[in-house]
Amino acid sequence: MKRALLALADGTVFSGEALGLEGETTGEVVFNTAMTGYQEILTDPSYKGQIVLMTATQIGNYGVATQDAESRKIWAEGFIVREASRQKSNWRASQTLSDYLQEHHIVGIQNLDTRALTAHIRGQGSQMGVISHLDLDPASLTQKAKASPPIVGRDLVKEVTCETPYDWEEGTLPLLDSVLPPNSSANGQSTFRVVVIDFGVKQNILRSLIDHGCQVHVVPASTTAETIRRLQPDGLVFSNGPGDPEGVPYAVKTVQSLIGWKPILGICLGHQILGLAHGLPTHKLKFGHHGGNHPVMDLRTRKIEITSQNHNFAVDLPHQKLYEVGMDLQRMTTKMGEVEVTHRSLNDGCCEGFRGLEHPVLSVQYHPEASPGPHDSRYIFAQFTTMMREGLHV
Amino acid sequence: MPRRTDIHRIFLIGSGPIVIGQACEFDYSGTQACRALKEEGYEVVLLNSNPATIMTDPDLADRTYVEPMTVEVVEAIFERDRPDALLPTMGGQTALNLTVQLAKHGLLEKYGITLIGASYESIQKAEDRELFKQAMERIGLKVASSGSIRSKEEAIQLIERIGFPAIVRPSFTLGGAGGNIAYNREEFEQFIDWALVTSPVGQVLVEQSLLGWKEYELEVMRDTKDNVVIICPIENLDPMGVHTGDSITVAPAMTLSDKEYQYMRNAALKIIREIGVDTGGSNIQFALNPANGELTVIEMNPRVSRSSALASKATGFPIAKIAAKLAIGYTLDEIPNDITRVTKASFEPTIDYVVVKIPRFTFEKFQGVDRTLTTHMKSVGEAMALGQTFKEALQKAIRSLETDRYGLVSLHGLDGMIGESAIPPATLERIQAGIRTPTSDRLWHIADGLRIGLSVKDIFELSSVDPWFVHEIRDLVEFEARWVREMRHDLGKTFSPSILSNLPPNLCELYETAKRLGFSDHRLRQLLSGEGEGVSCRNTSPGAENGMVFKRVDTCGAEFEAHTPYLYSTFGSVCESNPTSRKKVMILGGGPNRIGQGIEFDYCCVHAAMALRELGIETIMVNCNPETVSTDYDVSDRLYFEPLTKEDVLRIIYREQPDGVVVQFGGQTPLKLAVPLAGEGVPILGTQPDSIDRAEDRKRFSELIAALDLLQPENGSARAAHEAHIIAVNIGYPVMVRPSYVLGGRAMKIIYDADALDRYLDETGINLSKHPLLIDDYLEDAIEVDVDAIADGEMTVVAGIMEHVEMAGIHSGDSACSLPPNSLDQATIRKIERQTIRLAQELGVIGLMNIQFAVQEGRVYILEVNPRASRTVPFVSKTIGAPLAKLAMKVMMGNKLADLGFIKRPSFSHISIKEAVFPFTKLGVSDVLLGPEMRSTGEVMGIDQTFGWAFAKSQASAGMPIPLFGVALLSVKDGDKPATLELAKRLQKLGFSLQGTKGTAAYLSEHGLEVTTVNKIKEGRPHIVDFIKNKDIALVVNTVGGSSSQDDSAPIRKAAVFGGVPYFTTLQAAQAAVLGIEAMKRSPLQVQSLQEFHRLVSAQPKP
Repeated sequence: MKRALLALADGTVFSGEALGLEGETTGEVVFNTAMTGYQEILTDPSYKGQIVLMTATQIGNYGVATQDAESRKIWAEGFIVREASRQKSNWRASQTLSDYLQEHHIVGIQNLDTRALTAHIRGQGSQMGVISHLDLDPASLTQKAKASPPIVGRDLVKEVTCETPYDWEEGTLPLLDSVLPPNSSANGQSTFRVVVIDFGVKQNILRSLIDHGCQVHVVPASTTAETIRRLQPDGLVFSNGPGDPEGVPYAVKTVQSLIGWKPILGICLGHQILGLAHGLPTHKLKFGHHGGNHPVMDLRTRKIEITSQNHNFAVDLPHQKLYEVGMDLQRMTTKMGEVEVTHRSLNDGCCEGFRGLEHPVLSVQYHPEASPGPHDSRYIFAQFTTMMREGLHV
Repeated sequence: MPRRTDIHRIFLIGSGPIVIGQACEFDYSGTQACRALKEEGYEVVLLNSNPATIMTDPDLADRTYVEPMTVEVVEAIFERDRPDALLPTMGGQTALNLTVQLAKHGLLEKYGITLIGASYESIQKAEDRELFKQAMERIGLKVASSGSIRSKEEAIQLIERIGFPAIVRPSFTLGGAGGNIAYNREEFEQFIDWALVTSPVGQVLVEQSLLGWKEYELEVMRDTKDNVVIICPIENLDPMGVHTGDSITVAPAMTLSDKEYQYMRNAALKIIREIGVDTGGSNIQFALNPANGELTVIEMNPRVSRSSALASKATGFPIAKIAAKLAIGYTLDEIPNDITRVTKASFEPTIDYVVVKIPRFTFEKFQGVDRTLTTHMKSVGEAMALGQTFKEALQKAIRSLETDRYGLVSLHGLDGMIGESAIPPATLERIQAGIRTPTSDRLWHIADGLRIGLSVKDIFELSSVDPWFVHEIRDLVEFEARWVREMRHDLGKTFSPSILSNLPPNLCELYETAKRLGFSDHRLRQLLSGEGEGVSCRNTSPGAENGMVFKRVDTCGAEFEAHTPYLYSTFGSVCESNPTSRKKVMILGGGPNRIGQGIEFDYCCVHAAMALRELGIETIMVNCNPETVSTDYDVSDRLYFEPLTKEDVLRIIYREQPDGVVVQFGGQTPLKLAVPLAGEGVPILGTQPDSIDRAEDRKRFSELIAALDLLQPENGSARAAHEAHIIAVNIGYPVMVRPSYVLGGRAMKIIYDADALDRYLDETGINLSKHPLLIDDYLEDAIEVDVDAIADGEMTVVAGIMEHVEMAGIHSGDSACSLPPNSLDQATIRKIERQTIRLAQELGVIGLMNIQFAVQEGRVYILEVNPRASRTVPFVSKTIGAPLAKLAMKVMMGNKLADLGFIKRPSFSHISIKEAVFPFTKLGVSDVLLGPEMRSTGEVMGIDQTFGWAFAKSQASAGMPIPLFGVALLSVKDGDKPATLELAKRLQKLGFSLQGTKGTAAYLSEHGLEVTTVNKIKEGRPHIVDFIKNKDIALVVNTVGGSSSQDDSAPIRKAAVFGGVPYFTTLQAAQAAVLGIEAMKRSPLQVQSLQEFHRLVSAQPKP
């Protein structure tokens, strides 16, 4: 097996074996605690600029399946796993993980102490790292990691958004009918016209909208409010995407001018942009939330949903810490009117959702479309369609 | 929601004796539940007939009843204690079934008792196969095509629709008891008969077989606010067709994509909501068609289960404890996660390692039993291991089993080969059959299949084991071949066993790869030289870049800091063990449960940990059995979930540097390590290894007995058949024989004549020149006595003297016994006590000691001395109200018995009877006659003021309640006939009518008794077995002499056991039963808690 090195900006170096394409790659190293769904994770455009470390140790066992991709390619900059399976074993698998990585030119590393690396990031925070199969000199590699630009303030959205608008028509794939829950509220008819502003959208958001009876039109992140208004949709979705919300001031501006016009659903980066548009600041988390087991409380129903999460930034709340305010519903006056914090993380109290009390805005930090992860939060799409139907906010 | 304030006193039901399908996991859950409820300020009233449990320790509950688990007993408890609520989900199927009975009898309503955890309706819906099927269809989930039947006729109609192969599954049984796969009509009818008998409600489900589908389990928890979380997805390596308890299982699921997993998760959520399990844990099993992902629900257990114990240990999420808190009204988001401290129980654990569980079987103890694994459980225990990869965890799990296999050892001498094609056809056929048919050896057959060039696809087609697992096994087998090739190439013939401790640099990387793959040094040596002896244990220092390190189980994949040192070894770069500099003691546990070594030893280990905690000493527990209380991370300060082999244990010792290691509580497993560990300079606490050796080594033991001028049965050892005959004749038949290399009564037998001796030598096929045959005088009609004592080096206190109900010759683990002795006179008791004290002094015992005596015509013989904790320690402790194991641990730490206030044998007025429980019906054992080889899986205790009632309770607890009227069938050997006359008279006086086989009946009628003669089997029909099967008989007394009459009468005993008719194979037991009947007719049932009994014991130690 060929050797490979991973160097972090703080000088920590891990040695392992080469995985994927032979080469060198740079990105912010983040860990994801999901035990399934590596393919969905790799193809999630939100991982642009990041090297993904899986905490689950056996990755690749069930290969990859064309239907499970969340976009047309792998966006993650690199992949770190304890052990990548050389085989694929699943009726739907079309390719092994390592072939898939090769094909998509992804450089990875395996057979290193991934738990130690995770604990290190937990302690020191996410940071830039370089994986190399070529440069096996720890000092030189560390230098490269140090020299690489951090994610904060960068516009990564422009690298992942679509170039031209398009219509999306595919719901949950028929092939997967036996595998996905009949969660759809639509009866095959499209009732709502929805424009999705693509900051790096995961296809399962689009599929979920179709499942919920929406006609879906996707537009690039840079689309102006004026253009969007001309499309005359019933509702707007601000999608997930990579990086720092402050890196896309143009999007914040667009969003700001659309608040109150039509019902809005914000997801992940879309949620953070909505936050900024309301005048709520955002901040970078120490190591982010990446996984499929994050408990979130819906503060109105007091119920817990297990959510799929992938964010490094979060909307600030006046009282960020859970123990300071408890889990009470919290209302705030913003420059776009009154909003209510609807969801908080049970782990660290982080804001996981808010809604407008004066305007029809529904915004969640986590991923109601799952993929990967639990389906507990799919009701968000139903709330969005209700909001469009009743012209009210729910 | 805060805890419920409308209830104050909660009744908790345990799971009774250890049986196949229900083992210590329910002591683990029950103990956690007790603690959780007490912590919340509730009063706990507890019922469990099993004294060897931690949950029945008197300080765990307010009222602890060790009584039969019957409706009558519960009603008596309700009457006395008036609980407000009943928690039925912690004691396995036993507790659930008893709860259903209580509800049906209207007792819950009568006493105003609320069910918490699961409602009666949800229990019914989950347990009644038909209702369950309807429920699943309502929520759009598929179940296998099936139907339930109550008669053979219905079954035959049904099978027309379902077709073969079909699964036959009785309702309301545990461990799938009575379940089978029928491939043809004949088998089907046979299985239906058995299933109808096995089901307590006479209902059987026949369903389409999903043979070859993949099998999964999800552990689900729900709270009153309808929050639901999945604790752990588990995947079975063995596909459908093998009971999950008998399957190798892996966590997390290895071959499910997110789409498939989420579909399964959604299904689980729907199921728990539809069934309506309000709070607590449930276990749901699924089958998945590997060809198209089609999902089918197999079953759901609306309670904590063996799998939830496994999931708790696999993830660090304490399911039973949380379930108990949910039952009293808390919600998941209100309960803290103990391990991270900052997060809540409302989340789904994520695992950054792989867990492998392998079941442990003891088929060798049951001749003629079908070893094929099927839908009813046959394993008696399990071992679990954790590693960073599947390969590492698998290899650790294999050596945790203690079956003397340190890896995927070839069963056909093919070690080191790969793709070998020159294989005799017979071997090929044997290997293919071994892959096709599920047995406990299948994993090893698969490895051999790969060695002889079968492809992964071939193996998948033969076994349906997912190709991913087969590939993993292939990686290991390939490495073995590479190891042999490269080591031999580099070292040539100069290889010596010490090579691993001093490898040339070019081979270090190869060795590192081996360690990364989870190989033990033992296996690596074995591959090179055929010998596994001697371990180098190249200890990698914590500073090294890569090597063996310890990682923590933390529920969260290192996302949060772990505050609980629950550790496992793995290959990595950073060690997280962070040993403290406190004074510390390491306790070695007992490993997987097996017959002869089970929950009793875990009980002792847990007590040792509690004692050390009381003394303020840090405790380090090492064990690999996921079912146990000892592997609860709460029990000790630090838990290492590791195999109990010398290499694995030494690695922990090197890292932790404990002040001492305790080997005397965990049974044979740690005891075997005493000498090797001492050889490495490890300090062993308490009785020293040399004393253990003096008691175990036959020659040294004889010298010891002679030196003390004590008696032991005449004996000798034979190195050839003719020698054996000479010795046997000199001693005089009958003699007791056993091969010298075995433990736990394996292959031990009583031999009545020279022919039988020849037959025995033939059957066992032992090489006498290598392993001499040990021959002992068999003391006929001797009373066997067990003694447990504690010694501190100055003083020895005899804690309990137990008189066996059965005569000597029956393994002490299988024999019923009475504490205090029932028939021994004071002089004999004093003699026994004196001899015990002398032996303890001579051996320098510090801690516990157990001695087995035989008393024959006033002479006291010493059969065996064990300077360690015995199986009876919990029984004695529960009877006398003194925690012996705890006292022993303190003594081992230098405390004196005088200071602990335990200075003389306690006296008391109650009587406790221990009775054994056997797996005969579960394994389909052909002869149930008791003998010197232990075959029981568990035990119960009956406690009362009189011997009769205590014995009657013990029988009821063991599932064979003594009848009060009906027909008593007597068939006894000649020597027993005079005594039988007395017995028969008393039975007749009690209102029984008598039947006897020819000889017995003739003898009894000669002496003026009215007896009906029934045919023996050879004498034509209807014969004795017909009467038993027709339930015309209320109890059977059947004693036999030599082996030919044993064989003749085997069907009688088998019919009784399988028909659930109480039977007694010794006259002593029958006499005890008559005392029981007399007692039951004289006075009504009374129940009393252990706390009440203990208040009346004199000479208790200081608290």
